[in-house]
Amino acid sequence: MTTTERSTDTAVTSAAAMNSALDVAMAADDKIILLGEDIAEPTGGVFKVSKGLSTKYGVERVRSTPIAEQAIVGTAVGLALGGYRAVAEIMFFDFIAVCMDQVVNHAAKFRYMTGGATPTPITVRTVVGSSRFGAQHAQSLEAWFMHTPGINVVMPSSPADAKGLLAACLESEDPCLYIEHISLAYSKKEEVPTGHYSIPLGQANVLRPGRDVTLITYGPQVPVVEQAAEELAAKGIEAEVIDLRTLVPLDFDTVLSSVERTRRAVIVHEATQFCGPGAEISSHIHEELFNELIAPVQRVGSDYSPVPFSSALSGYPTVAKIVHSVEELM
Amino acid sequence: MSEQTLSHTTTTDAGSIPGTDVLEQMYRLMVTTTLADNRSTQEAKAGRLQAAFYPVRGMEAVCAALGAVLTPQDRMVSTYRNLGDALAKGVTLRSIMAELYGRIDGTSKGKGGPMHLHDTAVGFMATTGIVGSGLPIAVGLALANQLDGGGAATVVTFGDAATSIGAYHEAMNFAALWKLPIVFICQNNQWGEHTPIAEYAPSVELAKRASAYSMHAERVDGFDALATLHVIETAVERARRNEGPTFLECVTYRLTGHSGTADFSYVPRDELEAAMQRDPAPTFRTLLIDRGLTTSERIEALDREAEAYVLDAFQFAENSPLPHEDELFSDVFANDTWVRSVK
Repeated sequence: MTTTERSTDTAVTSAAAMNSALDVAMAADDKIILLGEDIAEPTGGVFKVSKGLSTKYGVERVRSTPIAEQAIVGTAVGLALGGYRAVAEIMFFDFIAVCMDQVVNHAAKFRYMTGGATPTPITVRTVVGSSRFGAQHAQSLEAWFMHTPGINVVMPSSPADAKGLLAACLESEDPCLYIEHISLAYSKKEEVPTGHYSIPLGQANVLRPGRDVTLITYGPQVPVVEQAAEELAAKGIEAEVIDLRTLVPLDFDTVLSSVERTRRAVIVHEATQFCGPGAEISSHIHEELFNELIAPVQRVGSDYSPVPFSSALSGYPTVAKIVHSVEELM
Repeated sequence: MSEQTLSHTTTTDAGSIPGTDVLEQMYRLMVTTTLADNRSTQEAKAGRLQAAFYPVRGMEAVCAALGAVLTPQDRMVSTYRNLGDALAKGVTLRSIMAELYGRIDGTSKGKGGPMHLHDTAVGFMATTGIVGSGLPIAVGLALANQLDGGGAATVVTFGDAATSIGAYHEAMNFAALWKLPIVFICQNNQWGEHTPIAEYAPSVELAKRASAYSMHAERVDGFDALATLHVIETAVERARRNEGPTFLECVTYRLTGHSGTADFSYVPRDELEAAMQRDPAPTFRTLLIDRGLTTSERIEALDREAEAYVLDAFQFAENSPLPHEDELFSDVFANDTWVRSVK
């Protein structure tokens, strides 16, 4: 981890932290180009992540595009072949289905298909996690990309991580999918380093130490899992909480060394549980630590349905579901 | 040939015939392409080449014109039907054939195959196996060139059937909106796999679509090497001067099946025979001799040179080692440590 000065200002949101990461990187490297719908002023991106950047760096570098996701990502890939570093904003994660070809068939595979000659280090930023718009603006699709060799998958859970991990994506020699969660973009504030600040991809963060069970999660479920750990502590169960931060590369070392001690594990995520990231992590733990486990690894993912609109319906993991799952292991 | 008219065809203009060196370069490229293509098809049919090979027969004149116009500073994005494009851009036939055979000396160490040739040193940037997907990528390359201050052209080649996919329209829109230094080269061979153009396009004059994007467009007889050379040269120079994109429809005819081993008895006999009468390399050979642009002796020397070049490339490819099994895990990411921990 490289850290410059700590901010002495008031705490900032993840949106402001991401804006800072882009600002710092664009100031240092004039080859960084942003592409996306409505990202230039006066809008500054519908989630305001690129607010002010077109004024500072010009509309040549902060380019508002037509609504055309295939061309947004394809142009980013071509810019990478031409020596630039493009950051493509896909407004909602669901829209990535429109440009899936450019992300998984091109960006993810160009290095491999050319024997290493034409890497395409682009960053695709996208937003997930609100059912206020219904099922086509809410899906957690990270497993699709974990299943595609060649692209890093990153999902921060806090403002500081949002900045540090985005900076790492911008510095990466490989394509990165950077997934932002809408519930975290504005709500949580914390102090974030003001200058260059990056967190290496593939390093999980142990948020809370514990001896009885390991809770493995990432992104928007981090605060939910932390609350569950509090409730478990009140019941005398000490849970260790791991925020994976990146799903590819996935920090199996941190996961396995924790579970080796606690001998119990629950994986929690907002993606659909069936064939979700938890299935792979669970299987990996079983293969490596079968003889150490006191009980089978559990998963708490979203129920098998599209994300419902009505607030009366929700398949998301909850504190109660997580606590219940842990209690079944004890 | 189908019934369509070449209403906007530019014809050979005697006043714009290039020098002998360019003409001979074009002829050499056409003959080399034809010979290498025929040999690849033979090898595939004999079962010695285990590759889905996509012949370029019929497109040789367009490729030769590209080869005569483009410099290594100009960049090209091509498609899976790419043998002639790759040769035009200066990729060696040895490295192309080694890639077709999946060998370590191939352009991609044998890991890409015939649909993923590249040689960035000569500006042959990428080839894609997904129809139409190269166009947005070429838009990105053209944007990079524009941001760099211009002076070079980005060329993207694709077949007529690629004009049906959304990526084509998105790329055309971006290029026109941002006035990018790009030339869209539609190698219209009049077939989308097994479907004739009139059965998938309401207007078979694809150049007309460019006007919807306020883009300059030309339609040219793609069997006429000199006419094609002229329109490509004009479009590439426009791009180099940063005067915006051009769409060129080069009308040819696919002289073989969709892939190297596929049956193509579905192609109407009379159409195919008419097109074979205009087979680009022999047609150009006749033109050069009849007009006294070169001699029969020079042509025969160029034929022998091309035969030797093709023979050497196939021998080189067959003798090249297979990639070591360890290559499976390299080049997935810049660093392969994590990849190896996953397997």
